[in-house]
Amino acid sequence: MALQAKLGDARRQHLVNSRFIDFLTKSWSYLFLLALVLYFSVTGTGFFSVRNFSSILTTSTLIMLMSIGQTYVVITAGIDLSIGWTVGLSSVTTARVMRDLAESGNDVAYAMLAGIFAGLLVALIPGLINGLLVARVKVPPFIATLGMFGIVRGAAFLLTDGQQVVRGLSSELRESLRMIGNGSLLYYIPDDGFHWFALPPDLAPQQLRVVSQLLPYPVIITALVVVIFAFILARTKFGRHTYVIGGSEEAARRSGINVDRHLIIIYVICGFTAGIAGVLHLFRFTAGAPQAGEAALLSSVAAVVIGGTNLFGGEGDIMGAVVGSLIIAVLQTGLVILNIDSIWQFIVVGIVIIIAVLVNQLQNALERMQANV
Amino acid sequence: MSEAILSAQGVSKYFGGLTAVDSVDFQIHPGEVVALLGDNGAGKSTLIKCISGVYRPEQGQVSFNGEDITGHAPADIRSRGIETIYQDLALAENLDVGANVFLGKEKTRRLFGLIPVTDDNYMRAEASNALDELDIHIPSLKQRLVNLSGGQRQAVAIARAMYWNAKLVIMDEPTAALGVPEQRKVLALIRSLRQQNIPVILISHTMHDVMAVADRMVVMRRGRIVANIQRADASEELIVKHIVGSAENGENAVMI
Repeated sequence: MALQAKLGDARRQHLVNSRFIDFLTKSWSYLFLLALVLYFSVTGTGFFSVRNFSSILTTSTLIMLMSIGQTYVVITAGIDLSIGWTVGLSSVTTARVMRDLAESGNDVAYAMLAGIFAGLLVALIPGLINGLLVARVKVPPFIATLGMFGIVRGAAFLLTDGQQVVRGLSSELRESLRMIGNGSLLYYIPDDGFHWFALPPDLAPQQLRVVSQLLPYPVIITALVVVIFAFILARTKFGRHTYVIGGSEEAARRSGINVDRHLIIIYVICGFTAGIAGVLHLFRFTAGAPQAGEAALLSSVAAVVIGGTNLFGGEGDIMGAVVGSLIIAVLQTGLVILNIDSIWQFIVVGIVIIIAVLVNQLQNALERMQANV
Repeated sequence: MSEAILSAQGVSKYFGGLTAVDSVDFQIHPGEVVALLGDNGAGKSTLIKCISGVYRPEQGQVSFNGEDITGHAPADIRSRGIETIYQDLALAENLDVGANVFLGKEKTRRLFGLIPVTDDNYMRAEASNALDELDIHIPSLKQRLVNLSGGQRQAVAIARAMYWNAKLVIMDEPTAALGVPEQRKVLALIRSLRQQNIPVILISHTMHDVMAVADRMVVMRRGRIVANIQRADASEELIVKHIVGSAENGENAVMI
């Protein structure tokens, strides 16, 4: 009897352990993010503040927007290497259209709307071509989008005549861009209170220094895009078919899913979220820059992988990419606050990516073990 | 015997100069399990594909439930109730049973009466019923298929065919990749289909399976049907002789 009870205990203990490990592997990226925030909050002065958190969120929007579309592509077992330059193309196009329309005497608001429209539209073109190449011509995604990487890069620089930025944006236009790109729906000033939409006009310099942006516009816009595309992926038929294609393209075809059309739409979505990132980049920095998203490309892929999306396709979600993007943004800011050379950021992110893949493999192995109990 | 549910008459299929299927006559009746046997290249798969619509036969006619379906598109033939389960099963192994039974035909409901979303609970419940009907037990329906055994996956493929009202099931080497207990399970599934009066065409190289479940054995050789043997008259030895061709002029063959 005693022995049996002991055995039962051991089994229960084993079950508890595996459940604990299960929990760890499934939510490690969330826990890792939490641990990072705690670590930097304890060690870095000024890290733990609303002001800093809102700045981290704003910083993360570029990578996050790119990683949303990238998640869709990676779930279909593809990859889009071109979106770094799609961000730039979109940023430059938006800037040029706004500048030219404003210069020829149009209303600034009209010029801005037309610019946004043009910037988003132009981002769909590389996505569409990528999709056609991958789905119809059967070019491997890596090659198709690498080719597009070069083409879009060239196109973006052609639009600035080889310059690093689009020149000649009027100060009125810049001011309007800044109002959204660096603005917030809600501000908080210590010893003063909350302010909606804008700061009071006559703030003292010492007050300006402590203003917190509680709801920066870029964060609100990005959150909206996150919610929409997370919903589509997780809950709709379109999202389900995305997973089916990632699991088995052959099964998808035989079950009557229009795989070619689906893949084309997915690459267009990937271009689209990069386009939003490009437009937002212009609003934040008031300069259309071809290389706006260059450095963010690999970070966006890293964010997707850290979030648990399998590079071989079939698994992953948008929340994972969001957490991955936040981890990278927290690292970037935290290391700067700790006064550690920002070069370390690359090393740490590299290590985190490798951990992510290992954890993902461990999780799959665990699932298989539990299924065979 | 009752009227044939599927009947192929004088079906021929050529690939260039090669005659893959040579004026074949083939029938199957409700509730009958017919094994289609033959060496590699004997024409079994080509004949099956002429039935399932993958190939259009050059000559002859295929009719199902009395209707001519010769040369119809695979989707049309499926919608009439002929389900083919190929060796690779065509499942999305990264998804659960419910998603796989409803692959490409997902059930949706309206969120807030407005936005169509996939109804996973409904699909899981329906899949569970379909599995119950076949007497298949899968521990957790939320389990992704990668974590299921080969036999369980085969069962899911069969359950999917059944759920969409299969009236004839064609199985290509269903036990080839399975361990012994799982092979038994699949054979039990075939019997359960027969009990529900659903005929099965079974392509197999495994003589043991064939002897265990088939009511009738049809042997093909070089594109022709060389033997059509009822279960009662069959022996492994006889069938093998027909497959390799040494019985062609023999006295053992029971030609129909």
